[in-house]
Order: sequence, then C-alpha cells, then structure tokens
Amino acid sequence: MSKRQHISAVVNGDPVEFLSAPGTTLLDALRDELGLTGSKEGCGSGDCGACSVILDGRLVCSCLVLAVEAEGRRVETIEGLADGGTLHPLQQKFLEHAALQCGFCTPGILVAAKALLDANPDPTESEARYWLAGNLCRCTGYDKIIRAVMDAAAELRQVRV
Amino acid sequence: MSDVLERPESAIRVAAPLDDGHLKVVGTRPIRPDGAEKVTGKALYGADLAMPGMLVGKIKRSPHAHARIVSIDTRKARALAGVKAIVTAADFPDLASEEYEAGESASNLRDLSLNVMARHKALYDGHAVAAVAATSSDIADEALALIVVEYEALPHVIDVEAAMADGAPVLHAHLFTEGLAARPDKPSNIAKRNELTRGDLAAGFAGAEVIIEGRYTTAAVHQGYIEPHACVANFGADGQCQVWSSSQGQFMIRTYCAKVLDLEASDIRVTPAEIGGGFGGKTTVYLEPVALALSRQCGAPVKMVMTRDEVFRATGPTSGAVIEVKLGAMADGTIVAADVVLKYQAGAFPGSPVGAGSMTALACYDVPNFSIVGYDVVTNTPKVAAYRAPGAPISAFGVESAVDDLALKLGMDPIALREKNAVRDGTKASYGPTFRNIGYVETLQAIREHPHYSAPLGPNQGRGLAVGFWFNVGGESTAAVNIGEDGSAVVISGNPDIGGSRASMAMMAAEVLGLPVEKVRPIVADTASIGFSMLTGGSRTTFATGMAVTQAAQKIVEDLKRRAALLMDVSVDQVDYVNGVAVCLDASKGKADLTIAELAAKAAQTGGPIGAQVSLNAQGAGPGFGVHLCDVEVDPETGHVTVLRYTAAQDVGKAIHPAYVEGQIQGGVAQGVGWALNEEYVFDRTGHMENAGFLDYRVPVASDLPMIDAIMVEVANPRHPFGAKGVGEVPIVPPLAAVANAVRGAIGKRMTDLPLSPPKIRAAVDAG
Amino acid sequence: MSQVDFIAPDSAEKASQALLATGARPLSGGTDLLVQLRAGRLPPGMIVDLKRIPGAIGIRQEGGGFIIGAATPGVALSEHRVLSLAWPGVVEAVNLIGSTQIQGRASMAGNLCNASPAADSVPALVAARATCLIVGAGGRRMAPVESIAVGPGRTSLALGEFVLEIHLPARPARSGDAYLRFIPRTEMDIAVVGAAVNLTLDDAGVVSDAYVALGAVAPTVLLVPEAAAALIGSRLDEAALDRLDAAARAACHPISDKRGTIEFRTKIAGVLARRAAVIAHGRAENRT
Repeated sequence: MSKRQHISAVVNGDPVEFLSAPGTTLLDALRDELGLTGSKEGCGSGDCGACSVILDGRLVCSCLVLAVEAEGRRVETIEGLADGGTLHPLQQKFLEHAALQCGFCTPGILVAAKALLDANPDPTESEARYWLAGNLCRCTGYDKIIRAVMDAAAELRQVRV
Repeated sequence: MSDVLERPESAIRVAAPLDDGHLKVVGTRPIRPDGAEKVTGKALYGADLAMPGMLVGKIKRSPHAHARIVSIDTRKARALAGVKAIVTAADFPDLASEEYEAGESASNLRDLSLNVMARHKALYDGHAVAAVAATSSDIADEALALIVVEYEALPHVIDVEAAMADGAPVLHAHLFTEGLAARPDKPSNIAKRNELTRGDLAAGFAGAEVIIEGRYTTAAVHQGYIEPHACVANFGADGQCQVWSSSQGQFMIRTYCAKVLDLEASDIRVTPAEIGGGFGGKTTVYLEPVALALSRQCGAPVKMVMTRDEVFRATGPTSGAVIEVKLGAMADGTIVAADVVLKYQAGAFPGSPVGAGSMTALACYDVPNFSIVGYDVVTNTPKVAAYRAPGAPISAFGVESAVDDLALKLGMDPIALREKNAVRDGTKASYGPTFRNIGYVETLQAIREHPHYSAPLGPNQGRGLAVGFWFNVGGESTAAVNIGEDGSAVVISGNPDIGGSRASMAMMAAEVLGLPVEKVRPIVADTASIGFSMLTGGSRTTFATGMAVTQAAQKIVEDLKRRAALLMDVSVDQVDYVNGVAVCLDASKGKADLTIAELAAKAAQTGGPIGAQVSLNAQGAGPGFGVHLCDVEVDPETGHVTVLRYTAAQDVGKAIHPAYVEGQIQGGVAQGVGWALNEEYVFDRTGHMENAGFLDYRVPVASDLPMIDAIMVEVANPRHPFGAKGVGEVPIVPPLAAVANAVRGAIGKRMTDLPLSPPKIRAAVDAG
Repeated sequence: MSQVDFIAPDSAEKASQALLATGARPLSGGTDLLVQLRAGRLPPGMIVDLKRIPGAIGIRQEGGGFIIGAATPGVALSEHRVLSLAWPGVVEAVNLIGSTQIQGRASMAGNLCNASPAADSVPALVAARATCLIVGAGGRRMAPVESIAVGPGRTSLALGEFVLEIHLPARPARSGDAYLRFIPRTEMDIAVVGAAVNLTLDDAGVVSDAYVALGAVAPTVLLVPEAAAALIGSRLDEAALDRLDAAARAACHPISDKRGTIEFRTKIAGVLARRAAVIAHGRAENRT
C-alpha cells in the first residue's frame, strides 16, 4: 500500500496537519483525520453536493478532491460558517424558514449558499436555483431553502449598507 | 426578486375548527429545537460515530440477478492481514417462515433474514452474499475481492407482467399464489391476489352512458434519501450488544436484529443516530444484523456504511407496476362502476404495497359498483421497501388519469366531476370503514378558489389536477415528560425525528404545561431509556406519539394541581392550572399563585420528582386528502417538460407547526414530480441496474422546480387532542397524475407510461 | 482507492516523465478521474497532478486568441470577461459541465482527454477550431482538439503525453458561437445530445464561414462539414436551417442507452443545431 503523506493546510482559518494516503479524498480526511463530520458523503461521485467545501475560495465537492491536493491550501467547511457562537445569517434564516427537514444535505447547501452570496450578493431566484442545482435535497422540495437563501442575501445586503 | 417569491408563502384555511382560539404554542412556527446542531454540522448521523478500535465492515454482493450459490470460499480473504471477521449465511440462524409486525407492515422473518444475507440463492443484482470486517477500508475491499463465490446463473425476470406469465423463471419453489379459490398446483411468482368488491360490476357498466379505459405503467423508483444506510455495532463478550444506526425506528432495529440473530431484545441497545431521510426506506434492516454478526466474531465494534451504488442496488425501491382502469359513468358525471387491476413488483420477496394500493385506489370516490384486484409479484429486483404512502401513488396515477379522461369526455370541470363523486362524512369508504371528519370537499374547494385554478395558460402549456388519499396510522407509542427543578421540561420519546417531530412534541407539551416552547427540550431516546414505540412511519408520529406526549403532560398538570393544593392547603378541586400557573379558584382564601417553577422547586415537599410516562396504542388517526394543481410547459421539439407552477391543498387536521407541515407537502410534491418525469430503475439485459447513482437516476434538482404553494385545510380530527391528522404521506399521492394530466393538456395526448421522459413525449408529439 | 501514488511535479517535463509509468494518470480537476478510480474502472497507479506546473492554471491572450491552461477550472473561464465575449459558446459549454461545485474543479483539457462523446465543452471547442498543446517525452506538439478522442474513453495521446494548453484562435469581426445540449433535467445530467455552431458573417450579413459540431451522437464528437455547408452562403433563412437540421441528423450514428434512444438523439441533434445556429447568428450580428 502507498505510504501516507504529510499534509499541511489551513482549515476554517486554523493550521492543521495530518497524514493521508494518496488516494484518500479530502472528504474522508476531513471526517476521519480531522473529526470534521459536518461534511457528509451522499454519493462519493460529485452528484449530491453534501460534501461541499470551499477550497481556496472555490466551491468544490470534497469527495472529488484528493486530500494530498490540499497541501498548502485553505479549506472552509460547515464547521467554520458560524462566527464562534453566533450563527451566520444563512444558518439563522434556514432555522427561521424551516429550510431543513432531515438536515443531512443542510451543511453542504449552507456552504454552497455562502459561496453564492460571496460571488453574487443579489441573486435572482433562478440564479440561486441553478447555483444550488448540485446540492440535492430530497425532503423539502427546495421551496423553503430558496426562500431562506434569498432572505439571508437581503439581510446581508442590509448589513453591507 | 421574482414575482414567485412575492406570493404569500402559505395559507391556512380553517374549514371545521376545534375551539382552539386559546392555543398559544400549537399552530405557531418556533425554531426547531434540533436546528442549531443541524445547521452547524454538529448533528451526528449514522456514519458520523467513531468508536475506539472500530473496524470497517463491507458487503460482497451478487453480480447476478438470479443465481444459485454453489459455494463460497473465504479462506484467502481470512488469511489477509487486517481481516478480523467474515460472515456468510452460515453465520445466521436458518429461520422458519413467520410473519412478524415490526416495520411499516408485516414482514416474513425468513425473507427478511434471506434479504440481509443470501442463502443458497442470490435473487437480485446486489444481493448480499458475504461480509468482512477489517482494520481499514482498503483491506476490507481487498478481502471482498478475495472471497470466491461460485454461482450457477439462472434465468431472471424483472418486468412484472413477464414475471406473472406462464413459463417465467420461478424465484421461489415454495411460493404458491395466495388468495385464489383453490390452492394452485405449481409455484408462481404471484405471491398473492387480493380483491375488493362492491355492488354489481357488470350491471354498473351496463347502465353506464360513458366508458373510459386505460392501461398505465409506472417504473420502480427509489426513496432517494441523501444519507446512505450506516451503523456501528458492538457485540459484547457478555452478549450485550450496542447498535448505533440511522433508521426510522430504533425499536424496529432491535426487534429485527434480535429475530435475525436469535438474540434477546433486552440484550440489544439501539441508539438512534440522526436520520438523513428515509421516506419509508429505513423501516427495515440491511446492515445492522451483519455488523452485529461480524462484531460477534471478532469482538470489536464494526462500522458499516453503504455506498450510493449499494443503496440503489440493494435497498428498497418501490414497485414498478401496471395499472388497468375502466370507469363507467352517467352523462352527468356520476361514476357508476369502476374496475381496477393492479400488478405490483415486490422485488425478491413477497410484500409489495399492492394491498394499500388497492385500498386507496378509489378511496376518494363514492362508487356503487367496483372491483379492485391486486397482484403481489416477486421479481429479480431488490425487495421493495415502504415509500411514502406505499402503493397509493401508483394506483392513484391510473385512476386519476382515467378520471381526467372522463372529465374531458364529459366536458366537465375536473373539480366538479370529483365533487360529484366525492366521499363525505358518513360515506362508506371503498376499503371498508365509514368516513368521519374528513376534509376532502373542503380541500377541493380550496383549490377551486385559488387564483391558480383560473390563471391563464400560454402556448404549449397545460394544467393538471389530481387528488389523493392516505389512511394515516396511529399505533403504539411511549413518551415521558419530566419537570426539572426550575420548572423546565424534558420530553422523551422513542421516534426518530425525520423531519421536525422534536419540534411538534415540544410544542404539544409546552401547550399543555403552559410553558414557552423554549423551556421544553425534546429528546429521542435509545431503546433502553424509554418504552416501546412503533417506528416513524405511516404519518403517525405527531398523531400517536404526540398523543402520548400530550397525555403525559396532562398527567403532570393534574399532579401539579394536586401539589399546589397541598402547598396552598386547599382541596384539589379548588385549584386550576392556567398558562403555567396554579391558582386558587377561591380568591377569598388569599392564596398566592404558584408557578410551575415554584411548584418544581418545592417538589420534595409534595411527593418528589415531577414526571409522567404514557404508553398507548393510539386509535383514530384521521385519513388525509390532497388536491394538487400543476402547470407544465412542454417543448414539443425536445419533449422536455418544465413544471411552471404547483399548488397543493391538503386536509391536515390541525397544523401543529405549520412550517413543517408545508415542508412535508412541498417535499412530497417534489418526490412525486421526480417519479412522474425522470426517475426510474433501468436494467440491462443481464438484470444489472444501469443507473445506480444520482447522476443517471435523476432526482429533481433545485432548478427543476418552481415554488410549491402549500395550502393547509384544517378540518380537525376530534380524536387527537389538538385535532392533528398525519400529513407526511398524502402529498406524494396526487403528483404523478397531476403532472401527467398537465402534460395531457399541453400536448393534447394522454401519456400512460411513467416516467414521462423526453423521448416518450417527443415520440407522442410526432405520432400526431 | 488508496492503492495509488501521487506526485505534483512543478514542470511539464517532470510530469511527462512521471506519466511514462504504467497506469499513471494526469490529474487536473479530477471530477472524472476520482469517480473512475472509486468505481474501480481504472487500475491503480500514479496520479500526476498537473496543477503545480507553471501555466497549467490560467488564461492568457496571445495574438488575438486565447491560451487556456489545462487545469484551469470552468469557473475561471466565465469570470474572464474578454474570453466570454469572444467565445460565448465555448464558455457556456464549459459552464454546462456539472454543478457549481464541478465548475470549481473541472477543466476543458480534462473534459477533452476523458474522451467521452458526450463531453459538453468538446463540440464547442471543435466548432471553434481550437487546438491543443501536447507535452510528451518527445517534446511538444500542437494538434486539433478533434484529433484527441478516438473512441469512448480512448485518446490518441502517446504514453507520457498530456495536454498542457488549449488554444482558441483569434476571432474575426461579425462572428459568433453557441452551444446547446439536451438533458432531461435542467442541470447535472450528461448531455443526451450536444450541438455547437460557430459562424462568421460577411459585411452583407451572409454566412461566410461556419463550423458545426455534434456531441453524443457518435463514438466521438463529430465535426459535420455538410451541416456547415448548409449555412454558408445563407442568411440563416428557414430553408438553410432546414438543410442544417437534415445534415445534422444525417451525420448522427448514435447508440440507444439509458440516456437516450437512437431515434430521439437523431431528432434532437437537428433541433439543437438549428437553435444553436440562431443564437450564434444573433451573436455574430452583435459582435462587430
């Protein structure tokens, strides 16, 4: 078996080091080596988005990234979304709008929604739907998710003003 | 922002209310108590638990759709360093055939066991034949590859009618069709024939002025929960077992593990993980008994997590089916005769939901003469599992398509036609009982009065209406409520929270105790910490477990009154309890009020800790009706269907937490739209599933759907303390036909075979 | 999936050397490679990450055209305003690959070398007359993009060779391109059919040059000269579009599979070619 490699990266703003076999995905490393189980595996093939993280500012599926590729890079996960004990407006709006049922897809959707609002603070409903098309939710029919994202966007725009 | 977002999010229509003006918590929209954990990624689901010394368990699966297992040689795999345990069917007791009620419906324990681990025969591509536990995932994979299974491939059959035909490959030599007048002389894939009849069918059709006939098919579809099945199991040296798993019922897991492994239920403690969706698909066991058997062999905890490929190939889809419908009606729209034949795939073992499909097929209609015949047919596909209103969407697709054609033929408004034949309070349901307190006509009315119903349509657009019914169930539940020393409360129940039930439990307890909901903390307990509850399914939790919670809280209120009377030194009948405060009814006595916090603080003086537990078997779950309206636009050149607008009205009894009721309705619609348009199991000629992944299975994504307007029609259920009816399953019943009827409107042709995929629609358009 | 080794060389030559090893695979975005490794469809071997090679990520303008590094993620193309204005069809084709998450990783070169007949970016690149820079043990060479795939999953690249850059040519005035694909959902699916049209108008508004490429209707992406001929010399009138539709259909020799039937794919190829031509034409009229 291939030897594990030493990886240094920045996860949610903090430096981390871990060992990883070359074939291990970033998702598995986050979950198994770093104990960050908020990112979920729903498919392992980039089709459901439950493992969404932001890698050097780009939204990606962590199941389609090798952990060794994270060497020297910045990773943001759901565990870094809240500001300490204060929920991010997206998290708060998801709660207020009842935008989650089982909650399994929720971390990935929140990370993807954050990437959306970072890139486009004022998305249309259609833009939000297409941006989030890579995040499957089987419980909600997406209605309340989209409402929560739009509401959070509006609130964040207020804060910026 | 689009105009869609500006529309009111929801509407509640109170059609027949309880006297509920006094309610302070029930009917509001508080933030769910488990919400923060779930939006921060802290909530632990099935695959999130790690135990010290934990091994990785994996399953070897049959590559054949139907094969005799000649031999399994595990020697090479056992010799691999890091392999700690290997099990095959030889490591499980060979159970006798026995029906047992623990999941969504009765299961045959022998079949259940054989589905968990194949013995002698593999019955579908993906059927488990062996399992390993190893120190790493890679070693487990390597070990699976080293297990040598010799198969004798057998002819297979997947299509339901092909499986029913004479000469079809027979899956089970011991299976003789039940429900026939005489016992057949040879085995068959038809496990059972069931029949519901009323009146004189021939006379009914003879008197009819209009006849409509149709033959419809649906494909096998998967529940599609995003969380794959996962568990961790530990078999202790003393025989005491721990299972941590994601399921719709920890007690169901306990029962089935005990039965499949021949263990005492009390030796198995099952802790429910958070569940990442189930929709009925997590009402049985696949991994847990295997993980326990592996752990028993090696003495270490074993974690098993399915891949998405395994979820599709080896866990429950619902049936692919054929539905034949013949309706006879008078010119005024009165339906006088209905003949329905249902043929449902059961998968590898008997137990399709054709019974429920039969009972619900005509449940919205008051028809004097009918026959409904159902066939439960085994096929070389994964054993079907419950899927949201099991069986009902399939039969409703046929019946509602035919009723739509009847309305067209008669030139009648589709709501008027359904009103003319609607079941009402006092109508004897097609499946037997007499309806009481149903809100069907009120729900039809809600759609008729909705602006959507009269909105204009553009070119290539169509509008479809369909109705649906689900029984909803009650059943056995236990709940406990304990009051803390500061007057706050903890509600303990035994039902996994699949979509917000912790919130509704806390709200009902808060309402009764007169507490703000934030002072009531709900938890879902393990099997050793609370009494038995049936699983979360059948839309039963808010109704049945909610009833247990409410009764426990009411017991506490009675106890608080007693304690207040002691402290006030008055008789108990002079104490009332209002909004969390005990008051003396006789003001002349000058007794100070006692809050629940004050009473809790003095509990030691009045009899000790304050708490109550209620176990019950809830009866009287109110059936639910849904009326759905769907607009589509069809691209006639590509056959692509866009759902433009969707409005769903449903009789919900009383919405305890309206936002989560809406969520259930919207989620059911989305699944139904996927079923109608794109989802299907595709098999190659060898019986191998070709689209065992989200890429090609194609569940709806966010950009596929519009906002879904959910209208809650409240016709209270008097048998629930707050009037609630089950709400989770009804909304998946109408969409298949609502979409198909809308496509009918858009292209002017009846599409009878689901999914309504673009090639089929383009071909229909081309056929002119 | 751990039975692999991994290196991230810092030069193209080192990468080429590493790719000489048995079973070695280049990694750019990984959105196909990791799925194939996990599914056990590829033998274990060395993964050679191209992303640390200078120039592998990035877009530069040269001689009026564009040079796009092999590992440049799709999202970087849509963020590049000048490229998006010059080659909107190419950029929209790349952006149709998978989800936002996939766009954060997936590259055109990867899409090209994965050699799927249904690859979304390839018909647009072929119609754009794009070329690619191939690095190998024997040095560097340029090749037209349509020469890379020779069958589903098979390429003409020699052992040790990989694509380092995609080159898009300079754009004449009054030219435009467009790509359309058909999928059953609105996102996330593999193309059932794809059609790209790249055309140039003369001063009188007559199509003076055109290229039409089709995806998912043959073992490789097809460049269809007969379809282009249907447009050249026309003003994209109905008759020209009818000829285009017929020529596109005539070029198809697809398979029936879980994603579509022969009959359906053939019809849709004509529909999409027609629609893409109209969009490309509109863009050409507006681009002076």
